[in-house]
Amino acid sequence: MAITAAPASAPIAYRVADEPLDGNVPDGPLEQKWERRRFEMKLVNPANRRRYTVIVVGSGLAGASAAASLGELGYNVKCFCYQDSPRRAHSIAAQGGINAAKNYRNDGDSVFRLFYDTIKGGDFRSREANVYRLAELSVNIIDQCVAQGVPFAREYGGLLDTRSFGGAQVSRTFYARGQTGQQLELGAYQALCRQIAAGTVTMYSRHEMLELVVVDGRARGIVTRDMVTGEIESHVADAVLLCTGGYGNVFYLSTNARGCNATAIWRAYKKGAAFANPCFTQIHPTCIPVSGDYQSKLTLMSESLRNDGRVWVPKRPGDTRPPNEIPEDERDYYLERKYPSFGNLAPRDIASRAAKEVCDEGRGVGPGGRGVYLDFSEAIQRLGVERIRERYGNLFEMYERITGEDPYKVPMRIYPAVHYTMGGLWVDYNLMSTIPGLFVGGEANFSDHGANRLGASALMQGLADGYFILPATIPNFLASVKPDGMKPDRPEFREAEAEVRQRIKTLLSINGSKSVDFFHRELGHVMWNNCGMARSDASLREALARIPEIREEFWRDVRVLGENEELNQSLERAGRVADFLELAELICLDAWHRTESCGSHFRVESQTEDGEALRDDEHFAYVAAWQYGGKDCPPILHKEPLHFEYVHLTVRSYK
Amino acid sequence: MNLILKVWRQKNAADPGRFVTYQARDINEHMSFLEMLDVVNEDLIARGEDPIAFDSDCREGICGTCGFMINGIAHGPQRATTVCQLHMRHFKDGDELVLEPWRAAAFPVIKDLVVDRSAFDRIIQAGGYISVNTGSAPEANTIPVPKEHAERALDAAACIGCGACVAACPNASAMLFTAAKVAHLNLLPQGQPERFRRVRNMVAQHDAEGFGHCTNHGECEAVCPKQISLNFIALLNRELLRSALRG
Repeated sequence: MAITAAPASAPIAYRVADEPLDGNVPDGPLEQKWERRRFEMKLVNPANRRRYTVIVVGSGLAGASAAASLGELGYNVKCFCYQDSPRRAHSIAAQGGINAAKNYRNDGDSVFRLFYDTIKGGDFRSREANVYRLAELSVNIIDQCVAQGVPFAREYGGLLDTRSFGGAQVSRTFYARGQTGQQLELGAYQALCRQIAAGTVTMYSRHEMLELVVVDGRARGIVTRDMVTGEIESHVADAVLLCTGGYGNVFYLSTNARGCNATAIWRAYKKGAAFANPCFTQIHPTCIPVSGDYQSKLTLMSESLRNDGRVWVPKRPGDTRPPNEIPEDERDYYLERKYPSFGNLAPRDIASRAAKEVCDEGRGVGPGGRGVYLDFSEAIQRLGVERIRERYGNLFEMYERITGEDPYKVPMRIYPAVHYTMGGLWVDYNLMSTIPGLFVGGEANFSDHGANRLGASALMQGLADGYFILPATIPNFLASVKPDGMKPDRPEFREAEAEVRQRIKTLLSINGSKSVDFFHRELGHVMWNNCGMARSDASLREALARIPEIREEFWRDVRVLGENEELNQSLERAGRVADFLELAELICLDAWHRTESCGSHFRVESQTEDGEALRDDEHFAYVAAWQYGGKDCPPILHKEPLHFEYVHLTVRSYK
Repeated sequence: MNLILKVWRQKNAADPGRFVTYQARDINEHMSFLEMLDVVNEDLIARGEDPIAFDSDCREGICGTCGFMINGIAHGPQRATTVCQLHMRHFKDGDELVLEPWRAAAFPVIKDLVVDRSAFDRIIQAGGYISVNTGSAPEANTIPVPKEHAERALDAAACIGCGACVAACPNASAMLFTAAKVAHLNLLPQGQPERFRRVRNMVAQHDAEGFGHCTNHGECEAVCPKQISLNFIALLNRELLRSALRG
């Protein structure tokens, strides 16, 4: 591979690969690509399948559904999760719903429209063929989940109900109260349990993957730590699948679970898997505002609330009257004003930036002025309290539990928070990374959402990957390799284990003066302030200078008590934060190099006159896939050009 | 506010364990209970003492990871609330709080407030699913499900598997957990073919795990953060009886 240096004038170092990266997209018309690829793919004889071992890391929607489906096919599957039960993966917390182009409403929906909405929602930074396949498979997902007993909301006639979500003008979101993620996750978990009982899947709960093992250029296994006993173990496989979720916790405060981490994908990156578009991080507009320094996480209030809630702030800066004393004509329903055709259902990136903008103008509400109202009074008047309770009861209760305020009486206060990461390990059309035999599914890959994900699309993608795509593409890979009975006594496994042990030993022996959480908070501040909703050359340069300092201090002064051979939660966190401290730098580098604005990535230098994101298709219509350059060496940027044959690149307007 | 915490400390399954008293100082009423423990732990780390181990993950009341006893009540004094969603505004200055792990033979203690709930996974593995392979599902609207049935199934499916029901039960029975899954699936048309095997196998696994029998105390329903109804246990019993009659 020919490598050229970045322009000498650039003070921030990275190298650029000459040759473009190939996404391995099948030929033919868009609507025939997946069918064609499925026919091209090689199959494994049913009698031979159990001779192949597949490792699945993560048991969320993508991981559990893939592990169950591969088990059903007869492969020997080993599934790992850090939680005490696979049912608890963070997919369970998704509230609002799952999109599918069923067109049950007869409101003009179609596979092509879901495809188009998703491409446009992602601000034209995703691969057409992948997104089309996602829209195509969306209908099968609903069928599969209903058959599993997922209790979706129904109409009185007994048929499935739907609702609307941001970025769409049709009603295509299937839901189960505010617990859609939970019910889908339990469906996948139950399918997984059935395979565990059948003996095709072996489950390893409370196990954390700490290293990927590559042998002769192929992913051949992982090294894990048993989180109860501290035992370091090697596991060999013919293919490895990472469905380990996103890296939103790099910001410390996010809507992710406490345990969500980037260690699995970051270890894979350091073993050669390219990391795509790391700077595409979604800030969700409707979260409960931060209340103090002690805060450990932020809680999302489902986007579905924007179906009936109206977002507003006072027109006058510094207006401290309680909301019910502010008359109608002194309120600014700014989303309805700025985006009349989508109104309160404007996509997440746009709604978040608009909230930041009004708060920056001094019109924010609540303590610290970082909040906007989400008001249900009109909907309650129109539909009655009972209808609202039926639709959002559990969300209203959750809000009241956290804030002590009753949203049936006073408007909710909300503010944007880090929620989802569109970036992730680069994968080709078959969801295989740049390391042969290493596949990546769900939020952990970068594949379908471009620079911004639409609501109710994450569940769809996780399940499309896990139920339908990976169970076709992984066997295709396995058919090209022979089971060789490799044992974990190979030097590659021994070395990986030794590195893991050394790292743990180092963390336990520093015995410095500051806790792991101290460093994580520090990093979070830098990321949120410098690489959050608005990013600039200066803010990113500052972050790129500051992150290595925090990292250096971490390795010099962190205090991790206890030992390895026990349940040691500080040690678990320390390893994860150490990886965040490296990943953060790549995120900022990616954000710095992409001088355009697109979707969630807003560079203040690149905006239209009215403050909207200004894309630069001439220079940035590509996926930025970063390859690890080695210790103390700059990373290498591979570009995968994005070709649009079926949609026209337009200015993304929701006005 | 300042609080006194008496916390169960147990290094591992073999350690007999004991209560240790800690002071929680300058606690803000907007903190969640677990954020209060985070603060206590930061303090312990600063003093070089082993922090208190407790499980938690989503911290928004849906993953079911967290849970321990506060003054003898599973998940603490507020109804329908997991401990991660319990806020300090429900306590007052000077309160003395006793924190213990779930106590049940089928939930061995791993460390401090952390227990092993893998018995729940094995109950689901025994039959808490509908046997449908990926790809073999009919079109979703082929079988209409009356709205009331779907809603009732969802009432049961709301269970988060936290284990509070077991901890609250004088018999350490997991009948509410088992009944919630049996009811969720047996109430739906898709769950009918395996209806009787499901209830038999799940109850058999429940008993094999060492959970006690249900004697209708109702403590489980009282502490359940998702307010799963005791009526589902009645439904389970009817299903079990029917399955016996069918042989």
